[in-house]
Amino acid sequence: MSVVNEFTKGLWKEIPPFRLVLGLCPTLAVTTAAKNGMAMGLATTFVLVCSNILISLLRNVIPRKVRIAAFIVVIASFVVIVELLMQAYYYPMYKILGLFIPLIVVNCIILGRAEAFASKNPLLPSLADGLGMGIGFTLSLTFLGAVREIIGNGTLFGMSVLWSSYEPFSVMVKAPGAFLCLGVILGLMNWVSTLQNKRG
Amino acid sequence: MSDFLLLFVSAAFVNNVVLVRYLGQCPFLGVSNRLDTAIGMSMAVVFVITLASAVTWNVQHYILNPYGLGYLQTIAFILVIATLVQLVEMFLQKSVPALYRALGIFLPLITTNCAVMGVAVLNIQNDYTFVETLVFAFASSIGYGVALVLMTGIRERLNTAPVLSNLTGTPAALITACMLALAFMGFAGMVQ
Repeated sequence: MSVVNEFTKGLWKEIPPFRLVLGLCPTLAVTTAAKNGMAMGLATTFVLVCSNILISLLRNVIPRKVRIAAFIVVIASFVVIVELLMQAYYYPMYKILGLFIPLIVVNCIILGRAEAFASKNPLLPSLADGLGMGIGFTLSLTFLGAVREIIGNGTLFGMSVLWSSYEPFSVMVKAPGAFLCLGVILGLMNWVSTLQNKRG
Repeated sequence: MSDFLLLFVSAAFVNNVVLVRYLGQCPFLGVSNRLDTAIGMSMAVVFVITLASAVTWNVQHYILNPYGLGYLQTIAFILVIATLVQLVEMFLQKSVPALYRALGIFLPLITTNCAVMGVAVLNIQNDYTFVETLVFAFASSIGYGVALVLMTGIRERLNTAPVLSNLTGTPAALITACMLALAFMGFAGMVQ
């Protein structure tokens, strides 16, 4: 039962990056289109799940004093694997995400989960936690990407979804749109929570 | 000389690290509550980014490239940055206690500031020479500081303003950042 809880908390209650405001750089940078957000989310999920598994298995071996350095080495190794795999099999997306693939290393969500969860819990809950958080992150990034792509470009996953005379609001796919969109979504989520609290 | 000036303006304003390149968001939103902490953080960032860029450039060109180890870039850089931050912290504590008191608490946070790693990787991707790397790193970190201090100024004013209850805190900060990013878009086109 608790494994299921660990999994589902990443999907709504603690969904990154909306509830846990961590890992904002990739969230803002790559969500110019739904597809890019999804690819970044999946890459992060892979690293998060693998690093959670390995750190959970090694949690009794790693001395406490050097744990952060050890976590960073584990995470960096998986990031290099993702980098090389994407370069080999998915080159166009590798070009689009560019700088932000090596920067998965410094994504605070991954280090945060390693420190707060995987280093203290056995394999199965850690796996569930990593998978839940990863899927939550992917969903958030895809959603944010979809909103920005529809308003800023009139398309969704590259297909035209709005009427033909729609004039794209191109500032939404640039930096100000990213900040505005994330700010409004956070505000709306606070509003939903307030409503739930009032009812419950 | 004018090349360096162009590079400086381009890195500091036109392609501002925080507001155009989206790097280092966590400290940007995290420590922009009070002016004195923001200034301390900016100085620490300038110091670490410039130093880290100088070291990682040499690591890339004299260790990784000659031995064909380019694929280890990510691991090598993050380790160099983490060690460097630790070293700087110990050095300042021993030799420049005054500076350590000002920057001390910000140094550990900087390891996970992706602006440091981001600028280090950008130096290599853009094929900069060593001097260009130094100018680019210094200018980028100055740009970071400018954005952080501006943001803090706005947020201090915002604290006394009536904001919708659901928007207080991070959402309001993000919307402020949006306005600031719009303003920085005005620099676009100044340098090609």
